[in-house]
Amino acid sequence: MDLKFVRTTCPYCGCGCELLLETLDDKLVSTMPSKTNGMNQGKLCIKGWNAHEFVQSPKRLTKPMVRKDGELVETTWDEALDFAAKRLREIKDTHGGDSLAFLTSAKCTNEDNYVFQKFCRVGFNTNNIDHCARL
Amino acid sequence: MTNSIPEIEDADCIFIIGSNTSVAHPLIASRVFKAKAKGAKIIVADPRRIQVSSIADINVKQKLGSDVALLNGIMNVIITRGLHDKKFIEDRTEGFEKLQEVLNDYPPEKVTGITGVSVDDIIRIAETFATSEKSTILYAMGITQHSHGVDNVKSLANLAMLTGQIGRPSTGVNPLRGQNNVQGACDMGGLPNVYPAYQAVTDENNKNKFENAWQANLSSKVGYTIMEMMHGLEDGSIKGMVILGENPVGSDPDSRHVKHALQEAEFLAVIDIFLTDTAKLAHVVFPGVSFAEKDGTFTNTERRVMRVRQSVQPVGESRLDWQIICDLSTRFGYPMSYESAEDIFKEIAQVTPSYGGITYERIESEGIAWPCPNNDHPGTPILHTERFTRGRGLFHAIEYRPPEELADDEFPLLLTTGRYFPHYHTGTMTRNSPTLENEMPEGQFEIHPYDAQELGISNFEDCRVVSRRGDVVTKAFVTDTVEPGTIFMSFHFMEANANELTNTALDPICKIPEFKVCAVRVEKLGEEIAKAS
Repeated sequence: MDLKFVRTTCPYCGCGCELLLETLDDKLVSTMPSKTNGMNQGKLCIKGWNAHEFVQSPKRLTKPMVRKDGELVETTWDEALDFAAKRLREIKDTHGGDSLAFLTSAKCTNEDNYVFQKFCRVGFNTNNIDHCARL
Repeated sequence: MTNSIPEIEDADCIFIIGSNTSVAHPLIASRVFKAKAKGAKIIVADPRRIQVSSIADINVKQKLGSDVALLNGIMNVIITRGLHDKKFIEDRTEGFEKLQEVLNDYPPEKVTGITGVSVDDIIRIAETFATSEKSTILYAMGITQHSHGVDNVKSLANLAMLTGQIGRPSTGVNPLRGQNNVQGACDMGGLPNVYPAYQAVTDENNKNKFENAWQANLSSKVGYTIMEMMHGLEDGSIKGMVILGENPVGSDPDSRHVKHALQEAEFLAVIDIFLTDTAKLAHVVFPGVSFAEKDGTFTNTERRVMRVRQSVQPVGESRLDWQIICDLSTRFGYPMSYESAEDIFKEIAQVTPSYGGITYERIESEGIAWPCPNNDHPGTPILHTERFTRGRGLFHAIEYRPPEELADDEFPLLLTTGRYFPHYHTGTMTRNSPTLENEMPEGQFEIHPYDAQELGISNFEDCRVVSRRGDVVTKAFVTDTVEPGTIFMSFHFMEANANELTNTALDPICKIPEFKVCAVRVEKLGEEIAKAS
């Protein structure tokens, strides 16, 4: 049995509580509050205590999907990436970069957000990027 | 937040307005409870009776959307009684005379008429807030999600500056951010008008700086906000969209309209961990990873940059979000590649002055609050201690404006929205967590016993709630947590989503939609069936 704890930050509200994700033989089994963190001091709310559950939901997406004959069907990464890249290129070349819009995510990391806005601003020469800060 | 979370427990007065703190930010609420135990006075202003109301020394229920009038009334009393901080105003601010002029029009008697809050309570709030040594303001979306959201926030800033309750420990104006990394997404330039660290895209120097850093040509034109993007899809100015980890079909006002707009897209790509209602409309869906499967950083509501660490391998063939973006970008014709999340963070620190001194090594044991401009800087838990960002703090003289949509004969009730304790946002995470889903498996609307009786509705009866934009069928929960004339719903349950009903009216400055007030009516299903037969 290989029991491990990884210190990380809660994915729910903006409090920024520190969690310990517990894995047993590389499988996520529970969430514990960090006792040493000044923010949550050994406490979590009901959402924080259960933050590991949705990670393992059987409904998680595991493969890329593309729409074929009106239906979303699973496909390979190569096909999905090539198709998306081609369509973005066609739209940019035909209608200009300002005809594309990008929604970034308050749930993703700073690193994800940074790379995404750079992709939008450099790749498409547009500032059409926003997220749910207003929502 | 201008101040840090632990400071809350040492405040002498906590003014909570438009924040259901114990539900939406439970671990901040625990600081409020600690402060109360230490003797702090708690003031709660919220149109509903919420859990923190039960420990409030002063609890008022202002009418929906009347916050500016309430705050002006409080400030009118503060000035009339000479309780304002004359030294702070003199040394640190400007525009006081203009503010005073407008406030003259908001005597408490008049404000009572607009807000429904008694003259006595307005005076007690003014005296308690102004005379406590350390008063702090906590607010959330109850303040911002209005067609006058910016006015509400500026009014809170006015109150803090008027009383000198800012720039010191346990004071300040503290927005409680609803999402783990909404602060970081803003800091990283996930906004149409600014590069990382709020550097305006319209400023030529900023543009040059990022063109050099990124070796690219950039646009100096301000981009579309989220609601403008949706309109753009409908009028044809936007042809394609890429959405990372968001579910606008569930989270934006007037869901039917959003869905219709996204269906107009010639091309829609979504990166997400679940097949959300938004992903279902896409032409391509890429499986991203959850927080437990990635390294990186989140920036919390107190501006503290904290580590996210990978605990398990990505499920199935899912890939790191930034890797998906790099792969897509490279195939599109703009090659991007990074070794690791830390590699990206190093670039962030180079172009984001407020993050300049932050490294993974420095935040290994504990996060650092920005601004942190260099490697020796300890970070900044409290903002504005000696000067405001612009130098002197500017008072804004603000007049009250009513919400865009008011009750009328056809839609006689007002709907306001919010969260329930076990759920979160559009439910994609919490409703896929069995423990949380079991706590509350279906939605409801809260209605006052008086209105329920008038309409002949009993507790737990399925009803139709109708607005000018849509209708949903959901269960009545008859309760006096809401006032007569008002109903409450959440947006966690896609099968009966409050956002089918909410209004798309926007704040003219920041373009936030007016989620918190719209006119509705409630219909009994029985009557409908009777009519049909």
